[in-house]
Amino acid sequence: MHPRSKFFEANATQALRQPSLQAALKQLEQGFVAGRAACYEALPEFEALRDRAEEVLNHTLENLDAYLLEYEARVIETGGQVHWASTADEARRIVVDICNQAGAGNVIRGKSMIGEEVGINDALEKAGFEVTETDLGEYILQLAEEPPSHIVAPAIHKTKDEISDLFHSRHRELGYHERLTERSALVAEARQVLREKFQQADVGITGANFLIAETGSNVIVTNEGNGDLSSTLPRVQIVTAAIDKVVPTLEDASLLLRLLGRSATGQEITAYTTFTTGPRRQTDADGPAEYHVVILDNHRSEMLAGELRPMLRCIRCGACMNHCPVYGRVGGHAYGWIYPGPMGSVLTPVMLGLDEAGHLPNACSLNGRCATVCPVKIPLPQLLRTLRGRQHRRRLNSRTARMGLSIWAWIALRPRLYQSITRLAMSIMALLGRRQGRFRRMPLAGGWTRVRDLPAPQGSTFQAQWRQRRQQ
Amino acid sequence: MTDRGTSAEKPRVGLFVTCLVDLYRPSVGFAAIKLLKQAGCEVDVPQLQTCCGQPAYNSGDDEHTRALALQVLQAFEDYDYVVAPSGSCLGMIRCHYPDLFAQHELLARFQALSAKSHELISFLVDVLGIDQIKASYTGQVTYHDSCSGLRELGISAQPRQLLAGVDGLSLTELEGREVCCGFGGTFCVKYPEISGRMAADKVAAAAATGADTLLAGDMGCLLNLAGKMRREGVDTRVYHIAEVLADMADAESIGEGKA
Repeated sequence: MHPRSKFFEANATQALRQPSLQAALKQLEQGFVAGRAACYEALPEFEALRDRAEEVLNHTLENLDAYLLEYEARVIETGGQVHWASTADEARRIVVDICNQAGAGNVIRGKSMIGEEVGINDALEKAGFEVTETDLGEYILQLAEEPPSHIVAPAIHKTKDEISDLFHSRHRELGYHERLTERSALVAEARQVLREKFQQADVGITGANFLIAETGSNVIVTNEGNGDLSSTLPRVQIVTAAIDKVVPTLEDASLLLRLLGRSATGQEITAYTTFTTGPRRQTDADGPAEYHVVILDNHRSEMLAGELRPMLRCIRCGACMNHCPVYGRVGGHAYGWIYPGPMGSVLTPVMLGLDEAGHLPNACSLNGRCATVCPVKIPLPQLLRTLRGRQHRRRLNSRTARMGLSIWAWIALRPRLYQSITRLAMSIMALLGRRQGRFRRMPLAGGWTRVRDLPAPQGSTFQAQWRQRRQQ
Repeated sequence: MTDRGTSAEKPRVGLFVTCLVDLYRPSVGFAAIKLLKQAGCEVDVPQLQTCCGQPAYNSGDDEHTRALALQVLQAFEDYDYVVAPSGSCLGMIRCHYPDLFAQHELLARFQALSAKSHELISFLVDVLGIDQIKASYTGQVTYHDSCSGLRELGISAQPRQLLAGVDGLSLTELEGREVCCGFGGTFCVKYPEISGRMAADKVAAAAATGADTLLAGDMGCLLNLAGKMRREGVDTRVYHIAEVLADMADAESIGEGKA
């Protein structure tokens, strides 16, 4: 996907004026947020699990090289192949090569953020393959030719009406002529269309929620079962994952699974949780003949080496965006790339650069709600501040802002001067604003007064009044 | 210098006024002093204070932040306690100063400062053990939790406990208590459209309670919400909680003109 993070402000303004999007986003609070809260209440050890998860993942990251090699060895033992990709470009090439060698025509995909991150669909389509998304949300977006707006519920921005229209226009060529309006009927039609795709597919590409070092297995969680069909029906299976998906043991994976569903959708466990290990064995009833895992770095080892390492604990539950007041107002597309909300505001600048994504670490009120719900305790506000620090040191923020800040700090470091200036300024403002008690406009405060009045100060400053009282 | 041996009876409190109270709402500073004195503290207002440095900190400018933090340290470290009528500034002193000086020789001094610094309301309740303050205020009130107070300092029950003891006051909670009001320091001027929508939603939630008064413990949120209410023509009175508890909420409310 072509990034549009540079245009965050314009994207956001547009999103705020889109009633259907606003209606869709309102449901987050009643759906995911309330669901997580209920799960939290029902599980007394929730906080203990968060602590334990943080510990396990910190240990894993501390020893990531060893666990990745252990994972690779186990995959090879079970007859699978592991491919390492340092960049998105390399990952695309590896996947296209595997599909070419398999002589594939049709490729199906289970939902995977790594697939989105490297842009697998585009690469495959350019190479002449027919690609079908099998996750319902992703399938809708593929028909609509839109990127996902949420990492768990990719089509959350779409209303039912929009989906009715979309299916009506795009399924006609497949012999479906009726415009359906019932939720269940829409799902049934998609299922019918997709069933055929599953049967025709030569290659199935899925993501991985976890890779397990001790067994060489990958884990996917879905609510539709499309991931299972994508990984068992086609002759060739490709798992795309990143280096931060590996966990040491099955026990560790089950710890994280207890947190994942609860934090993501408010489910104790998702409808399907599938562990896949290697290609089909002689005694297996089904499964792929070839099993490939593509493991992507794409700037993650940079993060591992620096202050942003805690971000690599992320298990992609989406709780941070569900609870983010900014995401809740502007939706995922405003962020301009595939990872939105707080986690995306950390990841996107790392992966695309601060020049492209400089808005994202700043478009946050640092209210901290994301960090309190993160199942693996990522200090997201702190990481966003770290990125702001990089911007400041590289002089990427606006000159006006830098100058304003420097002048203000210079004065604030000289209390007597500061107090004389503020006493004068506040006395004048108080006089001017005396009758109304507020200002509708104020020079140098256009950002404030564009959307709200500026309350007038009471009079002179506290410091001036205090000194006066003490002298009396 | 404080003689710590004799200060055991009357704790010496250095009031960190905060820049927004200093500039916009001096009455909150005087209310804080009244509450602290009533509670048996000796209160002093060091002259060498300006700002805690949060605007610089949140802009990624650690150098200026450290300089301002040092200024706060020098002005306040001799007091028994540092108290501020703000969760946000106090969160800065308590939680972020030690982080900023993690690798620094001054760390121990900043940790000591952090340990004795408290937001006003939580200081009264948690440190001084006050469970009721005699005050009266006639009105139906709703209370907005500031994010830093709530999440960095765990302030939630304390203001409600003290408000419950105020004569004539009834409190109705607004929906979405733990959601940000859209202030966020520089965020509100950098992204006014988003901030404005967040403020509008909070104003609507406050209005839905039927309250005639909105209280909070942080001037940032209060200026933002009062400003939004005035812009939208909502005439809810807006005060800092300290003004009500100190029985000083008879002045014009925030953003209200003099008749």
